[in-house]
Amino acid sequence: MKKWQYVMVTSMATSALLLGACGGEQSNNNSSSETSSNAAEQLQGSISGDGSSTVAPIVEGIVEEYAATQRNVQVAVGVSGTGGGFEKFINGEIDFSNASRPIKDEEAAKLKEKGIDYTQFEIAYDGISIVVHKDNDWLQDVTTKELEEIWVDNGQKKKWSDIRKGWPDEYIKFYSPGTDSGTYDYFVNDVLEEQQLDKSATLSEDDNVLVKGVEADKYAIGYFGFAYYEANKERLKAVKVNGVEPTHDTIQSGDYTPLSRPLYMYANNESLKEPAMYDFMQYTLEHAGDLAESVGYVRSPEGVYEEDMKKLEAFKPE
Amino acid sequence: MTYIHEKAIALQTKKRRFRNTFFQVLFTSATILSLIILVVLLYRMVTQGSGYLSLDFLQQFSSRFPEKAGVYAGLIGSIAMLAIVAPVAVSFGVGAAIYLEEYAKKNRVTSFIQMNISNLAGVPSIVFGLLGLTIFVRMLGMGKSVLAAALTMSLLILPVIIVAAQEAIRSVPTSLREASYGMGATKWQTIYKVVLPAALPGILTGSILGLSRAIGETAPLVVIGIPVIIQFLPDGIFSEFTALPMLIFDWAKRPQEEFQYVAAAGILVLMTLLILMNSIAVWIRHKFQHRY
Repeated sequence: MKKWQYVMVTSMATSALLLGACGGEQSNNNSSSETSSNAAEQLQGSISGDGSSTVAPIVEGIVEEYAATQRNVQVAVGVSGTGGGFEKFINGEIDFSNASRPIKDEEAAKLKEKGIDYTQFEIAYDGISIVVHKDNDWLQDVTTKELEEIWVDNGQKKKWSDIRKGWPDEYIKFYSPGTDSGTYDYFVNDVLEEQQLDKSATLSEDDNVLVKGVEADKYAIGYFGFAYYEANKERLKAVKVNGVEPTHDTIQSGDYTPLSRPLYMYANNESLKEPAMYDFMQYTLEHAGDLAESVGYVRSPEGVYEEDMKKLEAFKPE
Repeated sequence: MTYIHEKAIALQTKKRRFRNTFFQVLFTSATILSLIILVVLLYRMVTQGSGYLSLDFLQQFSSRFPEKAGVYAGLIGSIAMLAIVAPVAVSFGVGAAIYLEEYAKKNRVTSFIQMNISNLAGVPSIVFGLLGLTIFVRMLGMGKSVLAAALTMSLLILPVIIVAAQEAIRSVPTSLREASYGMGATKWQTIYKVVLPAALPGILTGSILGLSRAIGETAPLVVIGIPVIIQFLPDGIFSEFTALPMLIFDWAKRPQEEFQYVAAAGILVLMTLLILMNSIAVWIRHKFQHRY
């Protein structure tokens, strides 16, 4: 009869050990190349964020590098889409929200209702890339009007030949980011002017699903953030919009319209008054441009980061 | 007049023989098919993931560079979560099972409870995620902490543990209980000293299988909003954290192809953990099982 007690005690001791092991060691395994020069003062605190999957690669870079300079500031960021991020932001669950579109009026109203003041920081530029299959030889250049014709739902299944004469007599397959994504919102608002996106479209929050979908179907069309196109250049073809190809330079110069758009971080003003959050935000604004470039996005135009910095300085802790 | 119709019998025998072989082939191929799927799955994971699997992979945080990415935060986070799930789920689960088997009267209320527990075991995990988000994360203000996630997972596996523990307790022969009562033992003494030790292997096996489920589940964590971009380890039960399946999910969504391999390596780590836990369950069953 002693055997089972032995098992019990062992399993309890094991779980206690596990618990202990979790708290004890703070690893110093941070993989970082650069360290900030002004990291004299070690801060403490925890910061939590959430939001857009488009912005996530930049934020990940920031968090990774920041962890190397301030080891005791715990930054945790989720990736549940722009809409999901704002929902948590409104609920007061997070200190900052990443967004690939400006905040909506209804979201701003809800924040006001809850008494949450916030500040908008622009951290980088993205160009939504329209992509088709590698072997698609008819679609080289598309106008905004044609984009609208292709993507707006007209109640029936569309063929390529319906859009322009001479294009193949095949049904168009649509791949679009999901409705919780800021990329979807931006596309529907600014390109389709709030008309219904084709209902037959495959919607996915997972951009890789879109890449794979378009890659596998000659008659497919899709769109997503520039970084995803950059990473899959060999597998997909980007279409020129109004004669302009999405490249680093055309996005930065604003020639790639109407699909160039800024990416944002929205920060809770109360949180910004905390030294750790202030420091993190400062680090973000100092490095967002470089890190955006390194993951395939584009630095914001000159003056944007300086202006952001001015906004931030209003919250400088004593 | 013949008593044995040779032809008819031959025909009948042939038919029966054919049916016999048919079903044998059918069931064998069913087994082989599921084995093939398992082998293909394992093969893909191993060929894709083994390149990224190293000791460093276990000791590094996630990164934007695939070659620097690791499961450290997820592995420790999952284990930390398990360290809370195990005592909570097992004590509540076994407690409920003891009540239902030993104390509860066999009436309509009990069978109603029983039915609901069985149904609860079939509720999709995402529903438990929503429950956890509403109650633990928001109402009780625990945030996206280890505690909130662990309690959600405990709820998720509670029905599984209750049912397993009940079955284990039920399989303890009545003669043992009666012998105990006959010696003048009270109900509690009987449960504590006779029923529980005899049922323990079954209870532990069921519990470990339930815990393996808790460690592999992703949907509730996604709903709760467990972060994935994280460069620190949980330092308490209210600390934010990330878990292995969340990291795998995140890597699989990345645009760079290399991250698919990193995800595969993460899956290998998770699978090793699961196989380890399941083998402990099998070992306990073999080592401690009594036959009456």
